[in-house]
Amino acid sequence: MFIDILNILDSTLRISAPLLLASLAGLYAERSGVFDIGLEGKMLAAAFAAATVAGMTGMVWLGLLAAIGASVALALIHGFACITQRGNQIVSGVAINFVAAGITALLWQQQVQQSGRPPALSGGAKFQDIELPLAETLAEVPVIGPIWAGLISGHRLLVYVAFIAAPLTWWVLWRTRFGMRLRAVGENPAAVDTAGISVTLMRYQAMICCGLLCGLSGAYLSTAQGAEFTLNMSAGKGFIALAALIFAKWRPIQAMLACLLFGFLDAMSNRLQGFDWFGLGEVPSQAITALPFVLTVVLLAGFIGRAVAPKAGGVAYVKER
Amino acid sequence: MTPLPKWVENGLMPVLNLTLAFLVAGLVVLMIGEDPLEAVGHILYGAFGYGEGIGYTLFYTTNFIFTGLAVAVAFHASQFNIGGEGQAYIGGLGAGLAVLALDRILPWWAILPIATLGAAAFGMVWGAVPGWLQAKRGAHVVITTIMFNFLAASLMGYLIVNYLKVPGNASVQSRTFEEGARLPHLEEAMALFGYDIGGAPLNITFLMALVACLLVWLLIWRTKLGYEIRVFGANPGAAAYAGINGVRITVIVMAISGALAGMMALNPVMGEQNRIFLDIAGGAGFVGIAVAMMGRGHPAGILMAALLFGVLYQGGAELAFEMPSITRDMVVLIQGLAILFAGAMEQLFRPLMVRIFAPARGVEA
Repeated sequence: MFIDILNILDSTLRISAPLLLASLAGLYAERSGVFDIGLEGKMLAAAFAAATVAGMTGMVWLGLLAAIGASVALALIHGFACITQRGNQIVSGVAINFVAAGITALLWQQQVQQSGRPPALSGGAKFQDIELPLAETLAEVPVIGPIWAGLISGHRLLVYVAFIAAPLTWWVLWRTRFGMRLRAVGENPAAVDTAGISVTLMRYQAMICCGLLCGLSGAYLSTAQGAEFTLNMSAGKGFIALAALIFAKWRPIQAMLACLLFGFLDAMSNRLQGFDWFGLGEVPSQAITALPFVLTVVLLAGFIGRAVAPKAGGVAYVKER
Repeated sequence: MTPLPKWVENGLMPVLNLTLAFLVAGLVVLMIGEDPLEAVGHILYGAFGYGEGIGYTLFYTTNFIFTGLAVAVAFHASQFNIGGEGQAYIGGLGAGLAVLALDRILPWWAILPIATLGAAAFGMVWGAVPGWLQAKRGAHVVITTIMFNFLAASLMGYLIVNYLKVPGNASVQSRTFEEGARLPHLEEAMALFGYDIGGAPLNITFLMALVACLLVWLLIWRTKLGYEIRVFGANPGAAAYAGINGVRITVIVMAISGALAGMMALNPVMGEQNRIFLDIAGGAGFVGIAVAMMGRGHPAGILMAALLFGVLYQGGAELAFEMPSITRDMVVLIQGLAILFAGAMEQLFRPLMVRIFAPARGVEA
């Protein structure tokens, strides 16, 4: 039983990590006043770039760089459309998702046709499990041992990065000058402008942060969690991350908890297949899959708490004459 | 914003944006190592070169007209309905259940009105609920419709696997409709124009889509409700001051939008597959966004944009056959680029246009 729980929590961490990275990515963008429903597309493009470059060079770090590059490029296109062109942010996000889905599928299939399905990434082309110090020694100690060695230790680097990124994001956004300005741009850009700070520059910087985190998230999918790129491998995770962001009311620590919750639901849904709930029959796996979306709708509708978006979100800033 | 001549605003600029989208797509084709012009040739031949191709082109066009109209109607009230995919999927359930219940008693022409109602009603619910949540509870319609797409997928998966699937049959779909309940294909009508559409599933829903275009035009530009929708979309504050009930408009517009998207499902469910199956909408709900953007919300524009995507879908299949390194995902890319350039960056060429067509006024401003 204890081991079962540990196993579920262990997979919860693995599933939550990419959600959390993408969710934090959205946090930077939306806190600065740029809605981003293109998280999904950026993850997908990053996953493809990471697997391709890591596969060609055999170096996972180059793959990670490529992932970040691809994702930041898309984020800047989104920024150009929304900030400079003052286009509709939702429309642009939708476009980014399609462009990413189309181009990754095209290039991937061309690769496969030319040189066959690439072999699974291995060795230095892939992130390996990290053994935390003392994992071996403590493993025998009851309770603490399995938790440290089995649950906390032994994940890919990006899992730890994700869970450090959440408090770090809180610190950046709530305790640094950059963060204060970033949030101010999302709430009242005119005031920030009056103070002599460029709204445009702040928002572009936020988009770069967003691209960077989405890049990590995508790279995790193809070079840490998996060992290859597969078609449409983001499979809605970008939207679940968006749901988690809203569920967390645009706050980083809460976003981490929301991602853990959604990850936990996902981990459970695999195990609950065929499980009989005390004679009441089994819960269909689809119901558990749908739960994050139901919860988000219920929250948005104000039935549990109230999710208020950044005030200037979705509106392009026009400097007053 | 400096005013531009109407034909530049609504004609030249969209065409320039679209051209840019195709140029970028052409670059990708070059990157893959194929000749873009040859690719265009294959697409055009696949879409128009022979009767069956034309049949399929119009078959896909039908889907995109419905979903494009759905997005456009909501857009006139400045509501962004990205939920067309889910609404069409659920609409397919409404249509399919009607046929499953009646196909052993009634012929297709008697079932069609009921199935249409079913599709429209189911899609309407899937659109009106997010509309109500937006209007009454302030839940952003974009986010809720995205969520409703996922909910539709989960719900349909559950229903098909657990209730509609034929026991003992491996394929995840409902039983096939009886022969008499299937929509007749437009073979004979097309033969009048001298086209042999062969096995293409082009059917009567194509004509329904054309009627829907006309009805949407009448609704938006020739009725009181349409006027209220446009006023509300342009300026909700002014609309409220003029006594227009914003909650009512939002719910109604999302209901109509959902119903239009739902009716799209008639085409694949009753006209092609003749059963309820997984992923009925097959991405058409999302194509509707591109179609509505490119058509600038006007039924005439939507008709042309839907035809363009019909050509791309059918021609894309031909292209994938002739140039195996370019799969049909090319269409998804073009769709994304079209939304990007014709939607999000629609003002890209405005400064240039102002310099060319309104230089005097440009200086004044």
